[in-house]
Amino acid sequence: MSPSSDAKTTPKITAQVVAKVAHLARLDLTEAELALMTTQLTGMLDHFGDIDKLDLSAVAPMAQPFPIKNVYREDVVVPGLDRQEVLDNAPAPQDGRFRVPPSNGSES
Amino acid sequence: MSNASSAPSHATVLPNGWEMVIGLEVHVELDTKTKLFSASPNHFGDEPNTNIDPVTLGLPGALPVINRRAVELAIRLGLALNCTVQASTFHRKNYFYQDLAKAYQITQYDQPINIDGFMMLPGDVRIGIERAHLEEDTGKSTHFGGTSGRIHGSDYSLVDFNRAGVPLVEIVSRPDIRNADQARQYVSELRSILLAVGASDAKMEEGSMRCDVNVSVRKAGEPFGTRCEIKNVNSIRAVGKAIDYEARRQVDVLESGGTIRQETRHWDDAEGRTHTLRVKEDADDYRYFLEPDLVLLDPGTEWVESIRASLPMLPAARRARLSQLTGADKESEAVYVIVERGQDDFVQLVADAGGEPARALVYVQQAFSEAGANPVVPAKDLAALTLLERDAKVTATQAKTILAEIVANGGGDAVAIAAAKGFEALDTSAVEAMVDAAIAAQPDAWAKYCAGEEKAMGALVGAIMKSSQGKADGKVVTALLQKKRG
Repeated sequence: MSPSSDAKTTPKITAQVVAKVAHLARLDLTEAELALMTTQLTGMLDHFGDIDKLDLSAVAPMAQPFPIKNVYREDVVVPGLDRQEVLDNAPAPQDGRFRVPPSNGSES
Repeated sequence: MSNASSAPSHATVLPNGWEMVIGLEVHVELDTKTKLFSASPNHFGDEPNTNIDPVTLGLPGALPVINRRAVELAIRLGLALNCTVQASTFHRKNYFYQDLAKAYQITQYDQPINIDGFMMLPGDVRIGIERAHLEEDTGKSTHFGGTSGRIHGSDYSLVDFNRAGVPLVEIVSRPDIRNADQARQYVSELRSILLAVGASDAKMEEGSMRCDVNVSVRKAGEPFGTRCEIKNVNSIRAVGKAIDYEARRQVDVLESGGTIRQETRHWDDAEGRTHTLRVKEDADDYRYFLEPDLVLLDPGTEWVESIRASLPMLPAARRARLSQLTGADKESEAVYVIVERGQDDFVQLVADAGGEPARALVYVQQAFSEAGANPVVPAKDLAALTLLERDAKVTATQAKTILAEIVANGGGDAVAIAAAKGFEALDTSAVEAMVDAAIAAQPDAWAKYCAGEEKAMGALVGAIMKSSQGKADGKVVTALLQKKRG
C-alpha cells in the first residue's frame, strides 16, 4: 500500500519561482545566487517528498512539535520601552514618531 | 433567496435584471487593557509611540504571548454570532509596509477560532458568518508632502506604533447581502452585538470598528461576478453609499462591454466615488506560514460553555421581549432605538409600576435623548402619566408637555402638573359641539371632505383645536369627523 506520494506532487522549484519569492522578500539576487538557491530549495523540497512517501494516515496533523498548548498572559499592563530611548536608536525620529521613506503600496 | 425585492427603495439603484452580491469584512478592536501579544496598553489617543515594547516593535528575540482576555472576548463575540468555537492556530502574513515593524502580521488563517455563524436581519434575512478570527492591528502611518496627503506622491511618512499589536477580530460575512440597506443593517446589528457582549466600543469614527466591503454584480440567477474590495468606508452611511456607487459602476462597465478587474478600491466620501487603490495580490503572495512562536490555542468545551452561560441577552432577543411587552412591531424604529439605547429595561419598569407599556415606549423614545441613555426619572411618575393619557384625562399633546416637565425636574406628579397647567381633555360632547360649529363655519371644507378629499379635513381639525385651545384630543376630533361623514 503505497501512501500519498502519487496523489501529491511536490511543486517543482524553478528559477522563476525563486525569483518571485526573492522579489516578495525584497531580496536582490544575482544570476549565480538564483541558480544556487534553486538547487538548494529543490533539495529541501525533495526531502519533504521523502516524508510524503511515508504512511502518516494514523498521525494527526500538528501545528507545533511541542506537546504544550494554551500559553496565556493575563491582561495586565506592564511598562514597556521609553519612547526617547527607542527614538534615539532610530535613524530619523520626528515629532515622537519614526520618519520613514514613502512606500508605493499600502496595506491594512 | 434574492432579498432585493424586499427593499424597493434599492430596486432602482441597478437597471432591471441586475443584482448585487455583497460580503463584509469588519475589523473590530477588542476592549482589552493590553495588546494581543504583549503587555503594553491598548489605549486610543495616547501620545505617539508611548505604548510600545520589544514585541510591538518586532525587536530581535522578542516573543509573543497571547492575552487571555482577548481570547475570551473573541469567543464571546463568536458565540453571540452563533459561531462554532474551535481549536485554532496562528499564521504569519508576510508583507512589507512601514507600520508593520516585523514585516509580518500575526493572524489566523486556515484554523480560525470562530467559524460558521450567522446573523438575522429584519425580514428574517439570514446572513452567514464565515469566520471571526483573531489578529493583531498594525501601527499608523501618516503621509506628508506631495499634493494630496495621501500615500501616492508623498515625500515621507511618520509612524506611530501605539496601535500595533492591538487585538482585533475580523468578522467575515458570507456573500449573502443583496443591497445597501441590508449591509447597513448588518453593520448596525453587529455594532449592537459588540456593545452588548462588551467585546469592543465599536467606534467607527475612532477606527475601533472598520469595514471593508466586497461588491460584485450579476444578472439574477447567474454565477458570482468578479468582486472589488472597497476600503476606507468609515461610517454606516458610507457603507450604503459606497455599495450603491460601486455596484452601479460595475454594471456600467459590464453593460458597455467591459470586464471587472479584481482590485482594491478606495472610497472617497467627499467625492462620493470609489477609485482604484491597487490590483489585488494573490493570496499566496503573503506566504502564510504557521507562527512558530505561538502554541495551539484550544479553549476547550468547559471554558467555552462558561462563556456562553455568561452572555447577556442579545439585542434581537431584547427587541422581541420589548415588542411582546408593548405590542409594537419588533422591527419598528421605536423598538430598535430603545434597545440600542439600552432603555428597554426602563420601559419594563414603567410597566411594572402599573403603566401602560405602549405609551411608556413612546414616552421613553420621546423624552430621553441618546446622551441621557439612563432615565433618571422614577418609573412610577411615567406610569401615572400613561394612565392619564390612556383614560383621556389629558390629550396626547398635553401629555407631551407634562412629560417634558417631569423629565426636566427629574420626576413629578403627573396629576398635579396637569391640574397646575389647567390641562383637561374635553369630554366628547363638548368636542362634538365644536365639531358641529366648525362644520357650520366652513361648509366648503366639509363638502370637499365629504366628497372624499381627505386633505380638507385639516382645515376643520385646525379650527377645532384652535377653539378648544388645545384641549380637544386630535384623535377624538378625527374620529368624530369620520363618524359624521359616515
